[in-house]
Amino acid sequence: MSDFFSSVADYYNYLIYIVLMVIGLYAIIAKKNLVKKIVGMNIFQTAIILFYVSIGAKRGATIPIIEHGHGEAVHGAGSQAIKAAEYINPLPHVLMLTAIVVAVATLGVALALAIRVYNRYETLEEDEILAQLREK
Amino acid sequence: MRTLGILVAALTCALLFYAMGDFPPWADPGSAAHTHVSPRYIEKTMEETSVPNAVTAVLADYRGFDTMFETTVIFAAGVVCFFILRLPKKEGPIFRRYRHTLTGMTIRVKCTRKIPPVLEEFEMIDNLWAPHDLIIKTSCRILVPFLQLFGLYVIAHGHHSPGGGFQGGVILGASMILLAISHDLRTALARMGEKVHALLCPIGVLIYAGTGALCLVLGRDFLDYGALAGILHVDPVTARSHGILIVEIGVGLAVMATMIWIYNNISSRGEYDEGL
Repeated sequence: MSDFFSSVADYYNYLIYIVLMVIGLYAIIAKKNLVKKIVGMNIFQTAIILFYVSIGAKRGATIPIIEHGHGEAVHGAGSQAIKAAEYINPLPHVLMLTAIVVAVATLGVALALAIRVYNRYETLEEDEILAQLREK
Repeated sequence: MRTLGILVAALTCALLFYAMGDFPPWADPGSAAHTHVSPRYIEKTMEETSVPNAVTAVLADYRGFDTMFETTVIFAAGVVCFFILRLPKKEGPIFRRYRHTLTGMTIRVKCTRKIPPVLEEFEMIDNLWAPHDLIIKTSCRILVPFLQLFGLYVIAHGHHSPGGGFQGGVILGASMILLAISHDLRTALARMGEKVHALLCPIGVLIYAGTGALCLVLGRDFLDYGALAGILHVDPVTARSHGILIVEIGVGLAVMATMIWIYNNISSRGEYDEGL
């Protein structure tokens, strides 16, 4: 039993990301309202961001900003003291930094499309839009 | 559809839980992500770029090509929003509401589509919802300049602290959006018009790509900022740091303009007349 709890403690970031991602996936597939689908897409993106950022964590390390990095003394001789184990992985942070802003931009495009759909069909419910399309 | 959704979600959940055991445990220093390229970034960033913030160095220098196209994606999203939503100016009369600022009385006037000049005693308000809220307006008006100052600090200090073009650009954009929410869209548009967004957005991308092309012209690789050493009169390592700053400014401009542009288009449904 304690084995189970220690494995949950080791993998809890993956548990949270899987739950969030499945919620997003379910919303994209099953919800009929277009705005709810867009919200589901955003929850999905949040899950992926959480996954990447949690991969960047390193036990006993600090944020990836080199300490005592200011001034002239660090050029040349001082730089040999930098140890990679003392700083967390910057790579997932770089990837997610841009992904967050791109997520906002794509959310804007999705909402713009939803507004156009609403202007034309006077509704955002998928089944009502499909019914209107069949009538024609 | 609901049953199918639950089925697909449960199947994905089961597959991912099954695969979870193959992932490294949380915060394991020996995991695959920490062993190959990332130690090199951390150990060499001071030596090669003189930027203490490894995230900024990787973002704008080691993976600068990637970031350039992320900026292009944001620019494209702004342009797409514009093309989907923006409507041409409609003709014909329209009803507008005015508030008499001294008495708080509201009148409804039939007038042309053109936005009329600012009157002294009357204030134009939106048709849908426009409460006269002194506390919100005043506190937002005081907050906006400090937000913009903080945004500029985040862009300029991105080498030494968490920050950079993306974060600072979003803060700058948020300050203008806050102005549009707390007052109305016309106030924000009078400060920063539609043409300004449409110009700043490609200018930001142009600064980024132009810096890369300048390095190409000076005989080094695309986005190899060491080539700027001759122009900036510094050694090649410091030139990388300055090149990153130039590029971050471009990113900040593009992100700020795109955020405001998308907000204006969506909130006014492309009419640029009445906001939220």
